[in-house]
Amino acid sequence: MIVTLVYYAAGVVFTVAAILGVVQVVRGPSILDRVIGSDVLLTTLILVLGAEMVVNGHTQTIPIMVVLAATAAFSTVAVARYVSRQDHPEVEQ
Amino acid sequence: MSAGELLDLAAAVCLLLGALLSLAAGVGLVRFPDALSRLHAATKPQVLGLMFIVIAIALSARSLTVLLALVPVVVFQMLTAPIAAHMIGRAGYRTKNFRRELLAVDELEVAVEQASRDAQFTRLAKAVRDDEPDA
Repeated sequence: MIVTLVYYAAGVVFTVAAILGVVQVVRGPSILDRVIGSDVLLTTLILVLGAEMVVNGHTQTIPIMVVLAATAAFSTVAVARYVSRQDHPEVEQ
Repeated sequence: MSAGELLDLAAAVCLLLGALLSLAAGVGLVRFPDALSRLHAATKPQVLGLMFIVIAIALSARSLTVLLALVPVVVFQMLTAPIAAHMIGRAGYRTKNFRRELLAVDELEVAVEQASRDAQFTRLAKAVRDDEPDA
């Protein structure tokens, strides 16, 4: 009973975290802020995959977690490599 | 309450802690003023949150095979998360995407100035050397 309640609470918290990540991706203002937001979204996705295994009592998505954990950083690196100065209009030079 | 139920409860608590870290990252993203502060918030669930979830999986599955399969998840995340954070921090500093008035100390500024002075000196020295045959 308590365990089920905690599962629901974790689900709600994960949902709010993912929504905040999407909000940050939309809000920006610079490309770096957006890529940090997408990074948080992807991290939340990895955590949700793990949480779903605990809730449903199986271990089939562990390979997906491994692959995501190994490759999540590449997109961030690829974007951060090509950030230039004009990508953030609100900061003084 | 049996041992299995206790372990399930511990797994659920670990799950909730990981979820709360993820929420902290989301709140930090929306509330913090610049990219470097947001980076600080975003990197919390990447390692500690993932470790909580992995512990929760291990506690609920209770098998050595699963535990061994979970080790690479944490290892790969620990290998790649600092690379991403480093690249964002580097890009954020170089494009001046942070509020200087929020910094207590900027140790990198000295190194950057020194490097640009060295580059200028090298350019001048090369220009002088190239001129010499004509003189």
